[in-house]
Amino acid sequence: MTNLFEIAGKETLSQLDYVGSLNIQLWATLRGMRAALPLVGNRHRWRAAVHQMLEIGVDALPMIALMATCSGFILAMQGASELRRFGALHFVIDLVAVGFTRELGPLLTAIAVSGRSGSSFAAEIGTMKVTEEIDALKVMAFEPVEFVLAPKYLAALVAVPCLSIVAAFFGILAGGLFMFFSTHLGLLLYLRYVLTSIELRDVVAAMIKSLAFATIIAHVGCLEGLRVRGGPEAVGRSTTSAVVRSTFMVIVADAIFTTIFYFAGKT
Amino acid sequence: MAIISVRDLVVEYDGRRVLDGLNLDIEAGQITVLLGGSGSGKSTLLRQILGLEHPKSGSISIKGTDITTCSQADLKTIRRSVGVAFQSAALFNSLSLEDNVALTLREHTALAPSVIDLIVWLKLAVVGLADFGTLHPQELSGGMKKRAAVARALALDPEILVLDEPSAGLDPIVAAELDQLILFLKKTFQITALVVTHELESAFCIADRIAMLFDGRLLAVGTKDEIRANQHPRVRQFLDRVPANPVHTPALAAYLERYVQSQEAKP
Repeated sequence: MTNLFEIAGKETLSQLDYVGSLNIQLWATLRGMRAALPLVGNRHRWRAAVHQMLEIGVDALPMIALMATCSGFILAMQGASELRRFGALHFVIDLVAVGFTRELGPLLTAIAVSGRSGSSFAAEIGTMKVTEEIDALKVMAFEPVEFVLAPKYLAALVAVPCLSIVAAFFGILAGGLFMFFSTHLGLLLYLRYVLTSIELRDVVAAMIKSLAFATIIAHVGCLEGLRVRGGPEAVGRSTTSAVVRSTFMVIVADAIFTTIFYFAGKT
Repeated sequence: MAIISVRDLVVEYDGRRVLDGLNLDIEAGQITVLLGGSGSGKSTLLRQILGLEHPKSGSISIKGTDITTCSQADLKTIRRSVGVAFQSAALFNSLSLEDNVALTLREHTALAPSVIDLIVWLKLAVVGLADFGTLHPQELSGGMKKRAAVARALALDPEILVLDEPSAGLDPIVAAELDQLILFLKKTFQITALVVTHELESAFCIADRIAMLFDGRLLAVGTKDEIRANQHPRVRQFLDRVPANPVHTPALAAYLERYVQSQEAKP
C-alpha cells in the first residue's frame, strides 16, 4: 500500500515538474520572442522563423487539405445517413460547417502538426543537445531560448491558425461536394447556407483554440528535445514522447476550451 | 598572472561529489593541459569554467570576474573572450563551414559582410580549411571537423581558447597536426589555451603546464618536467600506464571451466 502511494506521489511530482518546466520555458520564450519579430527584432531570428513557418505551414498544406477533405466527406456521409431518416438532410450543412469551423479544423490541424512538426522540434533540439550544439550556442554568448525556441514558437503561432482555416475550408468544401452529388445542391447555394450557419464567435473560438494548440505543440516538442540525456536512443524516445504528450494535451485543452465556449455561449 | 582562477570548487551530482575543493590557476599566454583518466572530473571542471553548470560551492574567476555569481550580461561578455572547441566539434550541421565561423561575427559585431567574409577566410586558412568553406560538417572527416571547430572558436579573436579532447578519436598523424596547430596559435596569437585530454603524448607535446586530476582532486600541477619527475603513486600509475584492475586470467579461466562442467552435467 505504501509502495502504491510512493509511486503515485512520485508520478504526481514528476508531472508537476513537467508542467512547471513547460511554464518556465513558455515565459522565457515569450521574453525572447521580440528577437524573432520582424523590424524590431534580429533579422537572423526572423529569417529562421519564416523558414520554420514554411516547414510547419506550407509543407503540411497538402497533407492537411487531404485529411480535412476525407474527414469532411466522412462527417457529411455519417451525418446524412442518420439525418435522412428524419427528413433533415439540410442539417448536414450546419453539422459540417460548424463542426469544422469550431472543432475539426483546429483539432485535425493540431494532430497533424503535432505528428509532423512537434516530433521534428524534439528530434532537432534533442540532436543538438546530444552533439553539444546547445552548449556551443551558450558558450558563443547566444541564448538558446532566443536562438532556437523563439523562431519555432512564433512560426507555430502563425502557421497553425492558418492551417486550421485551410482545414476548415477543405472540410466544408468536401461537405459541399457530398451535398452536390447526393442532393444536387449547387455549390454557391451550399456556401451561402454555410455562411449563415457560421457565426463570428465560432471563428474566434477556433482561432483561440489554434493558438493554444500551437503553444502546446511547440513547447512540448522543444521541452522534450531539451530534456534529452544520453545518446541517439534518447532522441528517439523524446520524439515519441513529444507526439504522445502533445496530442494528449491538445485533446485535453480542446475539451477545456469547448466546455468554456459551450457555457459562455449559453449565457 | 592567472587569467582563470578556480578556488575551493565543489561540484556534486545527486549527492555524489565529482570535484572536491579544487584550486587551480591558469596563467595568461600559456598552454595548460588538464590531464586525467576517465571519470576524473576533467569534463566537469571544463563545464564549470565555461559557466555551463553551477558549482555547489567555490568560485571561478575569469579575467577577474567571478562567473559563479556574476549577472547573465557579464557572463555573456566573458564568453565573448573565450573560444571553445568541443570534443564532438559541435558544429551546426545545417550551416556550411563558412557560416559556422561567421555566425558569431554576424551576430556579435557590426562588421560589413565583406569584412566578415575576409575574416572567415583567414580563420579557415589558419586551420588549413580555406578551400572547404562551402562544405557542411557532415561532409568532413573527423580531423577536419576538429580543425573547423578551432576556426569557429577563433572567430572573435578570443583571449582564451578551450579545447576539449582535441585529438580524441583521431589517427596519430592528424592528432600530431592538431598539436602543431595549437602550438602555432599560441606562438602567433599569444593565446591562453586550456586543453583537456587524456592523451599523454599530446599533453607533453603542447603543454607549458600540466594539471593532473584524479577523483575530483588535483594530484599535481607543474611543468612537463615537474610532472614527469612526480613520484605520487597515482601520477606514476597514469604516466607509466599501469592497469588499476588487472584482469585475473587464471580466475576467469577457472570460472569458465566450472561453467562448462555444469552445462555438461545437465541431463
